[in-house]
Amino acid sequence: MLSAGIDIGSRTIECVVIEDGAIREIRQAPTTFDPRGQIENVLAGVSFDRIMATGYGRNLFEVAYDAKTVTEIKAYGRGARHLFPEATTILDIGGQDSKCIILGPGGKVQRFEMNDRCAAGTGKFLEVMAEALNFSLEEFGPSALKAGKVLTINAMCTVFAESEVTSLISRGENREDIALGLHLAVVKRAAGMIRRLWPGGPIFFAGGVARNSCIQHLLEKDLQVPVIVPDNPQMVGALGAALLLEEGA
Amino acid sequence: MSDDYRSMWADLGLDLAAHDMLLGVLGEAYGKMYLTQANRPAGMSYFDFVMSEVHGLRIKELIDEKKAGRKIIGSYCVFVPEEIVLAANATLVGLCSGADFAMEEVERLLPRNTCALIKSAFGFKLGKVCPYLESADMIVGENTCDGKKKAYESLAQLVDNLYVMDLPQVKSDKGRDLLKAEYQRFQKAVEELTGSPITVASLQQAIRTVNAKRAAIHRLSTLRKADPAPISGMDALLVNQVFFYDNPARFTDAVNKICDELEQRMKAKSGVFPTKNPRVIVAGCPQAVPNWKLPMLVETAGAVIVGEESCVGERGTRNLTDEAGNSVDELLDNIVDRYFQIDCAIFTPNRDRLHHILEMIEKYQADGVIHYGLQFCQPYLMEALPIEKVLAEKGVPCLRIETDYSMEDIGQLKTRIEAFVEQLS
Repeated sequence: MLSAGIDIGSRTIECVVIEDGAIREIRQAPTTFDPRGQIENVLAGVSFDRIMATGYGRNLFEVAYDAKTVTEIKAYGRGARHLFPEATTILDIGGQDSKCIILGPGGKVQRFEMNDRCAAGTGKFLEVMAEALNFSLEEFGPSALKAGKVLTINAMCTVFAESEVTSLISRGENREDIALGLHLAVVKRAAGMIRRLWPGGPIFFAGGVARNSCIQHLLEKDLQVPVIVPDNPQMVGALGAALLLEEGA
Repeated sequence: MSDDYRSMWADLGLDLAAHDMLLGVLGEAYGKMYLTQANRPAGMSYFDFVMSEVHGLRIKELIDEKKAGRKIIGSYCVFVPEEIVLAANATLVGLCSGADFAMEEVERLLPRNTCALIKSAFGFKLGKVCPYLESADMIVGENTCDGKKKAYESLAQLVDNLYVMDLPQVKSDKGRDLLKAEYQRFQKAVEELTGSPITVASLQQAIRTVNAKRAAIHRLSTLRKADPAPISGMDALLVNQVFFYDNPARFTDAVNKICDELEQRMKAKSGVFPTKNPRVIVAGCPQAVPNWKLPMLVETAGAVIVGEESCVGERGTRNLTDEAGNSVDELLDNIVDRYFQIDCAIFTPNRDRLHHILEMIEKYQADGVIHYGLQFCQPYLMEALPIEKVLAEKGVPCLRIETDYSMEDIGQLKTRIEAFVEQLS
C-alpha cells in the first residue's frame, strides 16, 4: 500500500510517497499565493492509496481532501528518527516558523519550542536580508562564509534588521561581512532555543534553512556538536507524515 | 434586539453604531465557537440566553434596580468582596475587559506594551460600548499589578466615580492588616454610596448568598473530575465568566441545575469527549468574556480542559467565607481571611499558587498544563517559568503560551497547541 505525506509550508509544498518505509516518490513546489492550485500540481500524476497532511496548510488540505492531519512538530520528529535513528534534538527552520523538538524514548515528542508570532530568525528573515544585499538565496550562505570580519546585528525583527542593514551599507561595510552578521543573528536565536531544551548530543537540522551551509557551520561552532543535515531537509515533514500514516498513528 | 434596549443604551451614553458592531462580532463568535459544540448539556441553554442578553436584559435589570434605589458597583478584580457590596444593598458586576476595542484611542492613553486586559478596559470606556461600566454608580479599581495600578490613574480622568482599593503584596500579618483596613474603608464607601449601613444580619445573608454561588461552582468543578468529561472546558469557562455578571441567586440555581444534569450524564457514562481523552488544566491570567481564543483552540485540537487555575476559575472561587460571627467586625475578619488566601501573582512569594496547580492536576487527573499568559503581564509571565520547571521535574508536560486578544498569532498557536495535544495522546 502506498502512503503519502504532504507538507504544506508557508514557502514550499513537499509530497513524499512511501511503501513499507521505503521512499517511492518525492515532489516539491513553491506554495505561492495559490496553495490549493499548487497542491493539485504537486499531486498531479502521483499515485498513492492514502494521504496525511502536515504544515501550516494542513487544515486547508484536510477540508479539501478529507484527509488526516498531523502537526509539523510530530511529523518532523518522526521523519528525523527515520533518517537518523539516534536523533533526539531536532531543529526545523522553515519559511515562517522555527522549532526545536526533543524526542524521548521511542521517538515520542517530549518537549518542543516554537516561535510564537513573528517570523524573526526564520527563512523569511534570511530571504528578505539576502534580497537587501542583492544575493540570491543559494549564494547567501556561501557568501557569508567568505566574510573577513564579524559584525554584530542587534535586531531580530525583519523590519528593524533591514534598516540596520541599510545603515551598515551606508557606513561602507562589506556585504559579505553584513551577511555573516545576519547569519550569526539567526544562529544565536536558534542556539538559544536549542539550549533551553537540549539534553545534549548532535542536532538534526531540517527545513528549508538547513540548506544554508553557513547556518549549519555556525551552529556547529556555537554548540560544539555535529549538526546533521539530511540530503533533502525540506521533505522531512512530508516523510514523517507518510510514516505516521503507514504506522496507523 | 428590541427598541427598548436601543433607547436604554442611548440613555447610558453608548455609541450605538460601535455597540452594534461589537454585538455583531460577539454574536458571530459565540455562534461559531459555542453553538457548534457537540452534545452540550441542555442546561447550557440558560447561559446561551444570558450571553444573548448580556448587554440587553441584564442591563435592563440593573437599570430597574437603580430605579428602585439600589446601587450598581463595577469591578475588575476578584479581590473586590461581593459580600460587602451585597450587604450594603448594592449589586456587584464584573466590567468588560475581554476584547480589543478602540485600540487607537487606547494607545493615546496607555503604552502599546500594556497587557490586553487593561487596554480592553480602556477600550470599552473610550469606545463607549460597555453598558455595565456606564450603569455603574461606583467603579472599583485595585492596586494589583503595576499596569493596573498606574492605568487607574488615567482611568480616573475618564470617569468620575472611580474608587481605588489598595492591596497587600505580601502574605504577612501587616499584609492582612492592610487588607482588613482597606475592606473597612471600602465598607464605609459603599455604605455612603447606598445609604444602607451594613448589619450583622445583612452581612451574614450576603456571605450566604456568595457562598452558595461559589459552592455551586465547586460542585461543577468536582463533576469535571469525571472521565469522560461531562462538560466542555469552553462551557465551564462560560459559567465561570457569567459568575461575574448574573444575579447571584439565579446564577446559583442555574449552575446547580446543570450539575444535576451532569450527574445523570456521569451515571450514564456519557460526556462531551471520549474516555481517555487528553485532559488539560489551563493556568494563569484571567479570561474575561469574550476571550475564548485559547479554550477554543485547545478543545478543537481534541483535548478537554478540566480546570481553570485563574481568577475566572478556581483562583476566584476557591474557599468559602465563614458565616459564623456575632458582629460586623468578626464577619469582616472572616471575609478578610477568605480573600487573603487568593494566590494572585502580585504576591511575593506566591508559593500557594504552585501548590494549587499541582493539587488541580491530581484532582482533575490532568495530563498536562497550559500556562496562559497575557503578553506584558509580568507577574504571571514571570511565575510561568518556575512553574514550568517544577512541572518538568514532575514529568507533567507544560505548554507556556504568551498571547493577547488579537488573532494574528492564531496559526502558530494552533500548531503549538495541536502538537501539545499530540504529545499528551
